[in-house]
Amino acid sequence: MMQKFRRRAGRGSLWQLALRAFVGLVLAYLVLPILVVIPLSFTAGQLLVFPIPGYSLQWYEDFFTNPLWTGALWNSVMIGVATTILATILGTLAALGLHGSKFRLKPVVVALLITPLAAPVVIVAVATFYFFASINLVGTYLGVILAHTLLALPFVVITVTATLQGFDTNLTRAGASLGATPVHVFRTVTLPIISPGIISGALFAFVTSFDEIVVALFVASPQQRTLPRQIFSGVSESISPTIMAAAVVLLVISLGLMIVMELLRRRSERLVGRAR
Amino acid sequence: MSATTTLADTGQVPRRLRTLVRRAERQHLTKMLALMAPSVVFVALLFVVPIALFLFRSVDNVEIPKYLPSTVAEIGQWHEGEMPPEGVYRALTEDLIALKGEPEAAVLGRRLNYSVPGFRGLVTRTVRQLPDTVPASARDLLAGIDERWLDPVYWATLKQQSGRITDFYLLSAMDLQRGTDGAITQVDETQAVFLSLYGRTLYTSVGVTVICLLIGYPVAAVMASAGPAAANWLLMLVLVPFWTSLLVRTTAWVVLLQTEGLVNKILIYLGIINEPLSLMFNTAGVFIAMVHVLLPYMILPLYSVMKGVSPVHLRAASSLGAPPVTVFRTVYLPLTIPGIAAGCTLVFVLSVGFYVTPALVGGPSDQMIGYFIAYFTNSAVNWGLASALGAFLILVIAAIYLVLGKVVGFDKLRVR
Repeated sequence: MMQKFRRRAGRGSLWQLALRAFVGLVLAYLVLPILVVIPLSFTAGQLLVFPIPGYSLQWYEDFFTNPLWTGALWNSVMIGVATTILATILGTLAALGLHGSKFRLKPVVVALLITPLAAPVVIVAVATFYFFASINLVGTYLGVILAHTLLALPFVVITVTATLQGFDTNLTRAGASLGATPVHVFRTVTLPIISPGIISGALFAFVTSFDEIVVALFVASPQQRTLPRQIFSGVSESISPTIMAAAVVLLVISLGLMIVMELLRRRSERLVGRAR
Repeated sequence: MSATTTLADTGQVPRRLRTLVRRAERQHLTKMLALMAPSVVFVALLFVVPIALFLFRSVDNVEIPKYLPSTVAEIGQWHEGEMPPEGVYRALTEDLIALKGEPEAAVLGRRLNYSVPGFRGLVTRTVRQLPDTVPASARDLLAGIDERWLDPVYWATLKQQSGRITDFYLLSAMDLQRGTDGAITQVDETQAVFLSLYGRTLYTSVGVTVICLLIGYPVAAVMASAGPAAANWLLMLVLVPFWTSLLVRTTAWVVLLQTEGLVNKILIYLGIINEPLSLMFNTAGVFIAMVHVLLPYMILPLYSVMKGVSPVHLRAASSLGAPPVTVFRTVYLPLTIPGIAAGCTLVFVLSVGFYVTPALVGGPSDQMIGYFIAYFTNSAVNWGLASALGAFLILVIAAIYLVLGKVVGFDKLRVR
């Protein structure tokens, strides 16, 4: 323990080495199991075993030609994009309203908009299923999109609110005092400044919908099956290398979006740093 | 906004100006509320209303009053200890004749079967054999179709469950039942499943939370004390699983934990084991996969709190002669308690509602409350019971948020 704190002064030791080894093991446990799907998706064999008998692209070919999988991919993208548009518009408007006002019930409104995040997804999914069953929205694209928007909305509200906290409201006043209409001020002053936050929120919304499985299991019918749902039924019935290919596609898209987010975050941190 | 508030409140401005400012403020507030309105209405309509309706199902006794309206109206005439009067028999016969050939007969039978096993068969059989009109003696008719209609237990159940509200599902979800005499008793041990389900759910969630804390704390501490470049890399490594789809991670574990899977092969290769361990469809697999999924939720809040702990405090304590263990125990650990609280709350709350990972990696005896909510919704179609289980789950989570929410703050719950 002593060394742990001495390390802050730059000294190393055996204890520190052990601690680092432990941290390394934990990080390996976090990352390596995810990477295991990548070599398996390129296997030339039929079974998901190591060592891999040979490499082939046959499972990707199956993924991109089998209508079961292409349909699922298409559904996921479509539902994801629709969710993103809806959640981003709703969430950005709400964040602007919350940022620009003070009233007694404001904490209640904030709590209301954030709670869908704090509730167990299985409860949200089942409750949505019962509700949608009574208004004939189960098994419709609209139903899945609305339920996904509910789950994605808090992320947009949180991200855009966080960006607005660094936003100087005097800029909008300056715009307004120079005779610009509120819409014009929003378009030319507010929007460009908070756009990194909106884009982050939109990416969060897309990933939320794109990776979502529980709501999709309850609210979607086979017609709206998404990529996660197709993987879920594959894993619970018979697991095939095509599922590995599908998992890699999902992985590449999520991690690609994560990198975009990280770059955005660093860029806006740099900008804020420079402005100060 | 804040500038105008102060202006109006100072009382040093002319009254007319103050009125104008107030009016402008009101207009501004109206505009801001209008911006929030769509989201508020959306969440109210698609979250608050569905959850409320879902929870109401746990006490909603919809089928019996709906499908047996005359019986419910008449059954008050009957007093236990004697045979039901002809009027009650007649009412039930009329109700059942109305259900002839309708799918609702099966729905009613299913509901009655929850209360008395065998009731479904009795209803189906009776409905099938009923004539189209009620004869002179409805009692003889029913008793002729099935003798069980002379057994008061079925009538007592009908009478007890004739209200609009029932405690049947909530009691069932606690392994309790209400006898025909109104007394609450425990169900047979063979039928008692829910108390052990809650025990298992709590045990798994607490276990996963403790393991996450024990292995996440050192990782977060090392990240927090690393240089900026190294910290960024470590953070990326933690964020990769955080951003990877839950399903991809679970699928990876399904592949890894198979008897022929990589984990077993490596362990055998290293000579740690001789025979492959069975890691799938059991508790070990559930723990391995759930800790993997939830660990980032522990590390990230811990890291953000630890980053704010100034090394000056630690050095001060050391320089005053405190041994390292004391420095850790009396300075570092107390300063990181908000992070511990936040991480534990997140991990516990998320794991208590887990469904997908145990469903794919665990065996039948590892399933948690979320699985049964899904099961009673999809497979068993016992929506009242699904709702009662959901109500208990929400109760537990709400209690945790109320107790720890003040320590943690809802804004820290940036999770997906």
